[in-house]
Amino acid sequence: MTDIEFDTEGVKKKFMFVNSKPPYGTIYALEVLEMILISAAFEQHAVIAFIDDGVYQIKKGHNTKATGMKNFSPTYGVVEMEKEDADEDEDIDMVWRIVVEKESMEARGLTEDDFVVDVEVLDSAEMAELMAEQEVVLAG
Amino acid sequence: MNKLHTVNKSPFDRSALATCLRLAKSGSSVLLIEDGVYAALAGTAKSGMIEDRKGDLKFYVLGADLDARGLSEKPMIDGVETVDYGGFVDLVCEHDSVHSWL
Repeated sequence: MTDIEFDTEGVKKKFMFVNSKPPYGTIYALEVLEMILISAAFEQHAVIAFIDDGVYQIKKGHNTKATGMKNFSPTYGVVEMEKEDADEDEDIDMVWRIVVEKESMEARGLTEDDFVVDVEVLDSAEMAELMAEQEVVLAG
Repeated sequence: MNKLHTVNKSPFDRSALATCLRLAKSGSSVLLIEDGVYAALAGTAKSGMIEDRKGDLKFYVLGADLDARGLSEKPMIDGVETVDYGGFVDLVCEHDSVHSWL
Protein backbone atom coordinates (compact mmCIF):
# COMPACT_ATOMS: atom_id res chain seq x y z
CA MET A 1 0.00 0.00 0.00
CA THR A 2 1.34 3.41 -0.90
CA ASP A 3 1.74 5.97 1.83
CA ILE A 4 -0.57 8.89 1.55
CA GLU A 5 0.79 12.23 2.62
CA PHE A 6 -1.49 14.97 3.82
CA ASP A 7 -0.16 18.44 3.19
CA THR A 8 -2.22 20.01 5.94
CA GLU A 9 0.53 21.61 8.01
CA GLY A 10 -0.72 24.95 9.29
CA VAL A 11 -4.13 24.56 7.71
CA LYS A 12 -6.81 25.46 10.24
CA LYS A 13 -10.35 26.28 9.25
CA LYS A 14 -13.67 26.89 10.91
CA PHE A 15 -15.90 23.96 9.99
CA MET A 16 -19.58 23.57 10.61
CA PHE A 17 -21.31 20.20 10.35
CA VAL A 18 -25.04 20.60 9.90
CA ASN A 19 -27.06 17.53 10.89
CA SER A 20 -30.58 17.83 9.52
CA LYS A 21 -31.78 14.25 8.95
CA PRO A 22 -33.21 11.72 11.42
CA PRO A 23 -30.76 9.05 12.65
CA TYR A 24 -31.80 5.78 10.98
CA GLY A 25 -33.80 6.27 7.76
CA THR A 26 -30.82 7.30 5.66
CA ILE A 27 -27.02 7.19 5.84
CA TYR A 28 -26.64 10.99 6.22
CA ALA A 29 -26.36 11.06 10.03
CA LEU A 30 -23.66 8.40 10.12
CA GLU A 31 -21.66 10.01 7.29
CA VAL A 32 -21.66 13.44 8.96
CA LEU A 33 -20.60 11.84 12.24
CA GLU A 34 -17.66 10.29 10.43
CA MET A 35 -16.66 13.68 8.97
CA ILE A 36 -16.79 15.21 12.44
CA LEU A 37 -14.40 12.61 13.84
CA ILE A 38 -12.04 13.06 10.89
CA SER A 39 -11.97 16.80 11.51
CA ALA A 40 -10.85 16.07 15.09
CA ALA A 41 -7.96 13.99 13.76
CA PHE A 42 -6.84 17.04 11.76
CA GLU A 43 -7.35 19.42 14.72
CA GLN A 44 -9.84 21.67 12.96
CA HIS A 45 -12.29 24.04 14.61
CA ALA A 46 -15.79 22.61 14.48
CA VAL A 47 -19.36 23.57 15.18
CA ILE A 48 -21.59 20.51 15.33
CA ALA A 49 -25.11 21.76 14.64
CA PHE A 50 -28.45 19.94 14.85
CA ILE A 51 -31.43 21.37 12.98
CA ASP A 52 -34.73 20.00 11.60
CA ASP A 53 -35.04 16.21 12.13
CA GLY A 54 -31.30 16.18 12.95
CA VAL A 55 -32.24 16.98 16.56
CA TYR A 56 -33.61 13.43 16.81
CA GLN A 57 -30.07 12.06 16.25
CA ILE A 58 -29.07 13.00 19.80
CA LYS A 59 -32.30 11.89 21.51
CA LYS A 60 -31.48 9.83 24.62
CA GLY A 61 -32.29 6.13 24.92
CA HIS A 62 -31.86 4.73 21.41
CA ASN A 63 -32.39 0.96 21.54
CA THR A 64 -31.99 -0.59 18.10
CA LYS A 65 -31.91 -4.23 19.24
CA ALA A 66 -35.30 -5.25 17.80
CA THR A 67 -34.68 -3.53 14.45
CA GLY A 68 -31.26 -5.09 13.97
CA MET A 69 -29.66 -1.73 13.10
CA LYS A 70 -26.44 -0.37 14.57
CA ASN A 71 -27.01 2.12 17.38
CA PHE A 72 -24.39 4.79 16.75
CA SER A 73 -25.69 7.32 19.27
CA PRO A 74 -22.96 6.46 21.85
CA THR A 75 -20.48 7.89 19.31
CA TYR A 76 -21.86 11.37 20.04
CA GLY A 77 -20.31 10.86 23.47
CA VAL A 78 -16.95 10.67 21.67
CA VAL A 79 -17.77 13.97 19.95
CA GLU A 80 -18.48 15.46 23.37
CA MET A 81 -15.15 14.11 24.70
CA GLU A 82 -13.31 15.70 21.78
CA LYS A 83 -15.01 18.98 22.60
CA GLU A 84 -14.03 18.70 26.28
CA ASP A 85 -10.42 17.90 25.34
CA ALA A 86 -10.40 20.92 23.04
CA ASP A 87 -11.78 23.09 25.85
CA GLU A 88 -9.41 21.86 28.55
CA ASP A 89 -6.11 20.95 26.89
CA GLU A 90 -4.03 24.04 26.16
CA ASP A 91 -1.89 22.10 23.68
CA ILE A 92 -4.90 21.47 21.46
CA ASP A 93 -5.69 24.51 19.33
CA MET A 94 -9.26 23.59 18.53
CA VAL A 95 -12.58 25.21 19.38
CA TRP A 96 -15.59 22.90 19.30
CA ARG A 97 -19.23 23.73 19.94
CA ILE A 98 -22.32 21.51 19.92
CA VAL A 99 -25.41 23.54 19.09
CA VAL A 100 -29.12 22.85 18.61
CA GLU A 101 -31.64 25.12 16.92
CA LYS A 102 -34.38 25.99 19.42
CA GLU A 103 -37.20 26.16 16.85
CA SER A 104 -36.41 22.68 15.48
CA MET A 105 -36.19 21.20 18.98
CA GLU A 106 -39.46 22.69 20.18
CA ALA A 107 -41.42 21.80 17.04
CA ARG A 108 -40.47 18.15 17.67
CA GLY A 109 -41.58 18.01 21.29
CA LEU A 110 -38.02 17.87 22.67
CA THR A 111 -36.19 19.75 25.43
CA GLU A 112 -32.48 20.05 26.34
CA ASP A 113 -32.97 17.19 28.84
CA ASP A 114 -33.78 14.80 25.99
CA PHE A 115 -30.24 14.87 24.57
CA VAL A 116 -27.33 12.45 25.11
CA VAL A 117 -24.80 15.31 25.05
CA ASP A 118 -24.67 18.78 26.57
CA VAL A 119 -25.68 21.30 23.93
CA GLU A 120 -26.03 25.04 23.47
CA VAL A 121 -29.55 25.93 22.36
CA LEU A 122 -29.56 28.79 19.84
CA ASP A 123 -32.53 30.49 18.22
CA SER A 124 -32.70 30.75 14.43
CA ALA A 125 -31.17 34.22 14.34
CA GLU A 126 -28.20 33.11 16.46
CA MET A 127 -27.80 29.96 14.35
CA ALA A 128 -27.84 32.03 11.15
CA GLU A 129 -25.17 34.30 12.61
CA LEU A 130 -22.98 31.33 13.55
CA MET A 131 -23.42 29.75 10.10
CA ALA A 132 -22.39 32.96 8.42
CA GLU A 133 -19.11 32.99 10.41
CA GLN A 134 -17.99 29.57 9.14
CA GLU A 135 -15.38 28.97 6.44
CA VAL A 136 -16.63 25.51 5.49
CA VAL A 137 -20.19 24.28 5.99
CA LEU A 138 -20.84 20.58 5.41
CA ALA A 139 -24.44 19.46 5.58
CA GLY A 140 -26.19 16.14 5.69
CA MET B 1 -61.98 -2.96 0.53
CA ASN B 2 -60.12 -2.22 3.74
CA LYS B 3 -56.61 -1.07 3.21
CA LEU B 4 -53.51 -0.86 5.38
CA HIS B 5 -51.34 2.18 4.66
CA THR B 6 -47.73 2.19 5.84
CA VAL B 7 -45.77 5.45 6.10
CA ASN B 8 -41.99 5.39 6.62
CA LYS B 9 -40.97 9.07 6.28
CA SER B 10 -40.80 11.83 8.91
CA PRO B 11 -43.75 14.24 8.63
CA PHE B 12 -41.36 17.15 9.27
CA ASP B 13 -39.19 16.29 6.29
CA ARG B 14 -41.40 14.74 3.64
CA SER B 15 -45.01 14.82 2.50
CA ALA B 16 -45.61 11.03 2.55
CA LEU B 17 -47.93 11.17 5.57
CA ALA B 18 -49.79 14.26 4.32
CA THR B 19 -50.43 12.61 0.96
CA CYS B 20 -51.46 9.35 2.61
CA LEU B 21 -53.94 11.13 4.87
CA ARG B 22 -55.32 13.12 1.96
CA LEU B 23 -56.00 10.01 -0.12
CA ALA B 24 -56.81 7.36 2.51
CA LYS B 25 -60.50 6.41 2.65
CA SER B 26 -62.44 6.48 5.89
CA GLY B 27 -62.22 3.24 7.81
CA SER B 28 -58.76 2.25 6.60
CA SER B 29 -55.69 1.85 8.81
CA VAL B 30 -52.36 3.66 8.91
CA LEU B 31 -49.24 2.00 10.34
CA LEU B 32 -46.30 4.31 11.08
CA ILE B 33 -42.91 2.62 10.63
CA GLU B 34 -39.22 3.67 10.42
CA ASP B 35 -38.96 7.50 10.33
CA GLY B 36 -42.76 7.62 10.07
CA VAL B 37 -42.96 6.97 13.83
CA TYR B 38 -42.09 10.63 14.57
CA ALA B 39 -45.66 11.47 13.48
CA ALA B 40 -47.06 9.51 16.45
CA LEU B 41 -45.50 11.83 19.07
CA ALA B 42 -47.86 14.00 21.10
CA GLY B 43 -47.15 17.70 21.50
CA THR B 44 -45.20 18.33 18.30
CA ALA B 45 -45.88 20.81 15.50
CA LYS B 46 -47.19 17.88 13.40
CA SER B 47 -49.33 16.07 16.01
CA GLY B 48 -52.46 17.67 14.58
CA MET B 49 -52.16 15.69 11.35
CA ILE B 50 -53.12 12.46 13.11
CA GLU B 51 -55.33 14.03 15.77
CA ASP B 52 -57.54 15.43 13.00
CA ARG B 53 -58.09 11.97 11.47
CA LYS B 54 -58.39 9.79 14.58
CA GLY B 55 -62.14 9.67 14.12
CA ASP B 56 -62.20 8.01 10.73
CA LEU B 57 -58.86 6.21 10.44
CA LYS B 58 -57.19 3.69 12.74
CA PHE B 59 -53.55 4.48 13.64
CA TYR B 60 -50.77 2.09 14.64
CA VAL B 61 -47.06 2.61 15.30
CA LEU B 62 -44.26 0.03 15.24
CA GLY B 63 -42.74 -0.27 18.73
CA ALA B 64 -39.31 -1.45 17.55
CA ASP B 65 -38.86 1.73 15.50
CA LEU B 66 -39.92 3.92 18.43
CA ASP B 67 -37.44 2.07 20.62
CA ALA B 68 -34.58 2.44 18.11
CA ARG B 69 -35.14 6.20 18.14
CA GLY B 70 -35.34 6.53 21.94
CA LEU B 71 -39.02 7.44 21.85
CA SER B 72 -40.60 4.61 23.87
CA GLU B 73 -40.96 6.80 26.96
CA LYS B 74 -42.28 9.84 25.08
CA PRO B 75 -46.04 10.48 25.13
CA MET B 76 -47.85 9.27 22.01
CA ILE B 77 -51.00 10.79 20.54
CA ASP B 78 -54.06 9.26 22.27
CA GLY B 79 -55.58 6.47 20.23
CA VAL B 80 -52.41 5.47 18.39
CA GLU B 81 -51.80 1.81 19.16
CA THR B 82 -48.26 0.42 19.45
CA VAL B 83 -47.68 -2.93 17.75
CA ASP B 84 -44.68 -5.30 17.55
CA TYR B 85 -43.44 -7.10 14.41
CA GLY B 86 -46.01 -9.86 15.00
CA GLY B 87 -48.70 -7.19 15.17
CA PHE B 88 -47.44 -5.78 11.86
CA VAL B 89 -47.94 -9.22 10.26
CA ASP B 90 -51.41 -9.50 11.81
CA LEU B 91 -52.37 -6.09 10.38
CA VAL B 92 -51.21 -7.12 6.90
CA CYS B 93 -53.30 -10.31 7.16
CA GLU B 94 -56.39 -8.54 8.48
CA HIS B 95 -56.49 -6.05 5.60
CA ASP B 96 -57.27 -6.73 1.94
CA SER B 97 -54.20 -4.90 0.66
CA VAL B 98 -51.23 -2.78 1.70
CA HIS B 99 -50.20 0.58 0.30
CA SER B 100 -46.66 1.75 1.19
CA TRP B 101 -46.24 5.51 1.18
CA LEU B 102 -42.56 6.29 0.66
